[in-house]
This record gives sequence, structure tokens and C-alpha cells, in this order.
Amino acid sequence: MSLIRLDAICRHYEMGSETVHALRGVSLTIERGEYVAIMGPSGSGKSTLMNLLGCLDSPSSGIYELNGHHVGEMDDDELAEIRNREIGFVFQTFNLLARSSALRNVELPLIYAGVGLEERREIAIAALTDVGLADRLTHKPNEMSGGQRQRVAVARALVNKPSILLADEPTGNLDTRTGAEILELFQNLADKGNTLIVVTHEENVARHAKRIIRVRDGLVASDEPVT
Amino acid sequence: MRRFLAELRESIRMALGAIATHKLRSCLTLLGVLVGVFSIILVMTAMRAMKNNIEKELGSLGSKTFVIQKMPGAYFGGPEGFMKFMRRNDITFAQARAFQRKAAFVPAVGLQASFWNGELTSRYDRTPPNLSLEGATPGTFITNNWGIIEGRPLLDSDLESTRDVCLLSEDVAKTLFPRGSAVGQRVKAEAISYSVVGVFERAASSEGAQGLAVIPITSALNRYGRRRQITILVQASDPALIDDAMEQSRGVLRAIRKVPPGQEDDFEVLSSDSMIKQFQTVTFAVRTGLALVSSIALLAAGVGIMNIMLVSVTERTREIGIRRAIGAKRRNIMTQFIVEAIVLCEIGGILGVVLGMLGANALAVYLLKLPPAFPVDWAVIGLAICSLVGVVFGSYPAYKAAHLDPIESLRYE
Ligand SMILES: Nc1ncnc2c1ncn2[C@@H]1O[C@H](COP(=O)(O)OP(=O)(O)O)[C@@H](O)[C@H]1O
Ligand SMILES: [Mg+2]
Repeated sequence: MSLIRLDAICRHYEMGSETVHALRGVSLTIERGEYVAIMGPSGSGKSTLMNLLGCLDSPSSGIYELNGHHVGEMDDDELAEIRNREIGFVFQTFNLLARSSALRNVELPLIYAGVGLEERREIAIAALTDVGLADRLTHKPNEMSGGQRQRVAVARALVNKPSILLADEPTGNLDTRTGAEILELFQNLADKGNTLIVVTHEENVARHAKRIIRVRDGLVASDEPVT
Repeated sequence: MRRFLAELRESIRMALGAIATHKLRSCLTLLGVLVGVFSIILVMTAMRAMKNNIEKELGSLGSKTFVIQKMPGAYFGGPEGFMKFMRRNDITFAQARAFQRKAAFVPAVGLQASFWNGELTSRYDRTPPNLSLEGATPGTFITNNWGIIEGRPLLDSDLESTRDVCLLSEDVAKTLFPRGSAVGQRVKAEAISYSVVGVFERAASSEGAQGLAVIPITSALNRYGRRRQITILVQASDPALIDDAMEQSRGVLRAIRKVPPGQEDDFEVLSSDSMIKQFQTVTFAVRTGLALVSSIALLAAGVGIMNIMLVSVTERTREIGIRRAIGAKRRNIMTQFIVEAIVLCEIGGILGVVLGMLGANALAVYLLKLPPAFPVDWAVIGLAICSLVGVVFGSYPAYKAAHLDPIESLRYE
């Protein structure tokens, strides 16, 4: 059984009288442990696809199977639970809670998973240590560099041991050097057997992955392994 | 259940964090709740102090004794109304004496007046400075249910000869003469010396009341001046006859004070029952008014809280999106914002309770000279109302927050 199976996924938005077709029938499978890049020009539907994969959104039609479960049939609470346990998000703009420390940010998914105080702290510290931020636990996002913030975001994404790490333009707001650091971190995660899906429009970012899926106008244009 | 408590604790923590980041705004918002709860607690505490006092003072009288005096036992009204009582002529000693002579229809009449407050000293020790020196007649002991436990009672001959004798309440005797009997000893009130002839005990309900030293009322009038308001205490032979006795006494005193027919009494006749009833009726208006005023205050406060919470939800749209993305359910977001509203209200409420009790007790202790009261029931009711305000006015903003679209929220700038 594949980790992810999409079958003829469509997603359209009603904009007044107009209908915007963001995805027009995407079918693909992703196996456990793959490191996949999704590429495409702006407006091609990458983010829409990402939100669907991350269970933040539901398809207008088509079937999405995650770990054998039909996501389309789930209610809001079940989707939240899937996001909490199976998905780790990394965003272009980091999306950390500005007023909370790094530790608190990383603890957040554990809070919603109902993990107790002591255990939560321990796991969060371990996650931050894994991304090399053991000495930044009490720092707030605005006291950290972009690269550090993104690493906090990665720690937060991984803290619940999700099945998939989803990253939407994770290096988009970083300079080349810190971007490379994040990519190295991703490489390590992939080597350890994590499933990674990274959306990007940069070729050199995509080349780190094992497989590149190109999207154009809401359709998969090509899907090939990186040579 | 454990999970719910953990979530509650987290929500409270988040709420305190959110409130702390907007200190000024939060303060202004909770001001409304504070004022609402403050007014409830202020008035209720003051009333409780007065009611406690009435029950203490008159409760010890028992059900067959009543009191005639110039001032009403409880008065709630404007200063003009109060002046009406102030302008009444004092009940003089002569009038009280005349009443006593004519009141053969009751078994006991006592006259009593307070002459001096201060510190009573003996060779051994001194009392707290709130001792009250009372002038009395033999009947005062009967009507007050003061029982002689040592020495002799006050006698008519003490009054006729204006002797400098005194009787001490049990607590005072124990303080001044810790080893041995007070009877036959001397006590001093400032420079004036009295010889103790007896010790009396009071009803159990007067536990903790101020200490008393009782001297013949005639001696007191000579020494401390004749312009005193005399309180007349009357005991009926049976509780069932108290209303008749009160009516008769009223007639007798009206005749003595020459109140023209048709004009209202220029004195008050009070029994503990009638006092408490009167207190309840008079304060009913106050309580109704209070309920109205504080409801309006809390309603206004609630609308303010709803408004601020709506602003807060908009401002924190992105935070809500982030929380939803990492696994918060709608219920979690809902809880978070409702708890925030409740915490905000409770902070206001707790401040209101504390300030209300402090204010009312300052008033009671310094202005009305009453012992302080701490109406725990009203504190609990006040805080419960706060939570209710938080839930009612926090629900809509919380619902709005919980039903934001996560993707839209994440994109919100
Ligand atoms: N919430 C929305 N409402 C209307 N149209 C949308 C919405 N989100 C995305 N779209 C449209 O869907 C298309 C794909 O968008 P998106 O997935 O964000 O592309 P990408 O991330 O590849 O730039 C675009 O034409 C965009 O305008
Ligand atoms: Mg995009």
C-alpha cells in the first residue's frame, strides 16, 4: 500500500460567477521514504496540491488516500487529527507564533496531541537539539535569524513523528547559504527514511530530491526520478 | 477528563500570555467587569456588615425585648431624610424616667446610654481601647439578659446615691483581673476611679463584642454631662405580647414628649424582629437597584469584551491558521478564545471583589464603626457572574475564530 495515492484530483474555486480550476485531475502515488520535489511556474497549482496533501483542504472531486484512509470522507476533527499526527508542515514564511519561544512553538503540536507537560518538554527539546538549536530554546522568533526560524519550523513539523514532511518553498525567504543548510537538514531527514515533499520553483533545490513532479495548469506535466 | 483539564490549563496559560501582550487594552476591557462586580460586592459587603451588626446587637435582646431610641436602627436614604432623625429632640433622662414610672404594664424597663469609649485600667492590666462605659439602671440587666455571675447587681440605691460603682462584663473582668476576683477591686477610666461590685455575663451571641463597664446612669450623667440620648429597653412578659407592649409604650412616650395627635412619632420603637424585617424591606429597594445597575454595567462590559475579542480574533487570524495547520481542532480554538474571555472577566472580577470588600469594610469599620464582614457567598456569586459574562460574550468571537478557513488564515497578513 502506498503512503499517498491521488486519483483524478480536481480542485476549483468559485470566484463570483467565474470558476478557477487550480487542479484539473492530478493522479500520482508516493511511497514511504521518498524525497519528492514538486515544481511548476507560479499559479500552476503547487500550493493547492500541497494543501490537499496536508489535509488542510479537501478536493472538489477525486480520491485522496493517505495510509489507506479516504481523506475525502473525513470530517473537520478527523482532518485536524491527521494534520496533527501524520503531517508536518514547513512554510515559506516560517509561520511560527511570534510571541512564543522556540520551545513553546515546538511544543504546540504535542499540546494538541494531548501529551503531558514533562514528556512534551522533553520531546520538544530533543527535536530542537536535532536541528541544532539546543542553545536557542527560550529565544523568540524575532530574536533568531531566518535560517534558525526555519529550523524551529522543521523541529515543530517533526516533533509528532509524522508520516510526511510537507514544505512549501521552504528556502524562498532564505539566502542561498542558509537555504543550503535547510536543504542539508532535509537530506539528513530523507537519509533517515522520512518522507519529504518539497514544493519549489528553483531547479537547484529540486535537484536534492530523488524525484521531481512538474505541474502545469493544474495537471502533472512530468514525473521523473532525478538522475 | 484529565485531558480536558490539561487543555484548560494550556488555554489559561495561553490566555494569560495573550492578555499580557496587550496590557493596556486588557485593563481597559476588564475595567467594566471590575466596576460591575465592585458595585455588587461593595453594597453587599456593607449590607452584610450592617445586618451582622443588627443581629448581634438586637439578636441578644431575645424575642420579648424591644428598644426605644431617637435614631432608627437602619437608614438608607438621602442626607435630608437623615437630618429629619438628627433634628429630633433627644430622649432625655427625665422623659425616660417618666416613661419608666408609667410603664407598669411591662415587667421590666431599663435605661441605657453610652458615655465614654476608651481604655479601662486596673492595677494589673488594661483593656483594649474600645471599651464602652455605659450608664444603666437595674432594669437594664434584665432587659439585656445580662446575668450576674459574681458580686451583686446594680441597685436602685446606687442610682439614688450616684455611687461610683461599676459592673464589668466577664471578658473585661478577666482581662483586668487575670488572677482572682474583680469584685471589691478598683478600676480607672482615665483619671476616674470606680469600685467593682459585680461581674455579668452576656448572651453567647455577643462573643467578641466590645467590652462593657456599667455604672449607675445617674452617676454617669453627673460626671459626663446630661445631654445624652437615652435608650429605653423594655421587656414584655411574653413574646406574644410584644406587639401590644410596643403599641402601649409608643402611646406613653408620645404623651410624655407631647407629640400632637396625627403627627408621626419623633422616636423609634424597635424589636429585633421588626428591625430585621425593616432592614430587609428597606434594603430590598437598594438590592433591586443594585441588581439593575450592575446588570447594565456587566452588560456594557460584556459588549466591550465581545468587541475586543473580535478585534483579537482578526489580529490573530494567522496564529489561528498556524494552530489549525498543526492539528488544533475547532473545539480547541473555541476553548482557547472562550477561556481567554473568561480569564479576562475573572481578572476584572477578582479585582472587583477585592476592592469591593476593602472599600465596604473601610466604610463599615471607619465610618459606621461596624465589625468587617466577608460575604463569601457574594464573592462566589460575583465571580460566577464574571464567568457567565465571559462565556456569553466570548462565545461568538470564539465561534468565529474556530470557523475561520485554515488556508485563508495562513495567508492572512
Ligand atoms: N482561495 C483561492 N480562491 C481563488 N482562487 C485561488 C485560491 N487559491 C488559489 N487560487 C488560484 O488557483 C491557482 C493555483 O494557485 P496556487 O496553488 O497557489 O499556485 P502556486 O502555488 O503554484 O503558485 C491560481 O490561479 C490561483 O489564483
Ligand atoms: Mg504557492
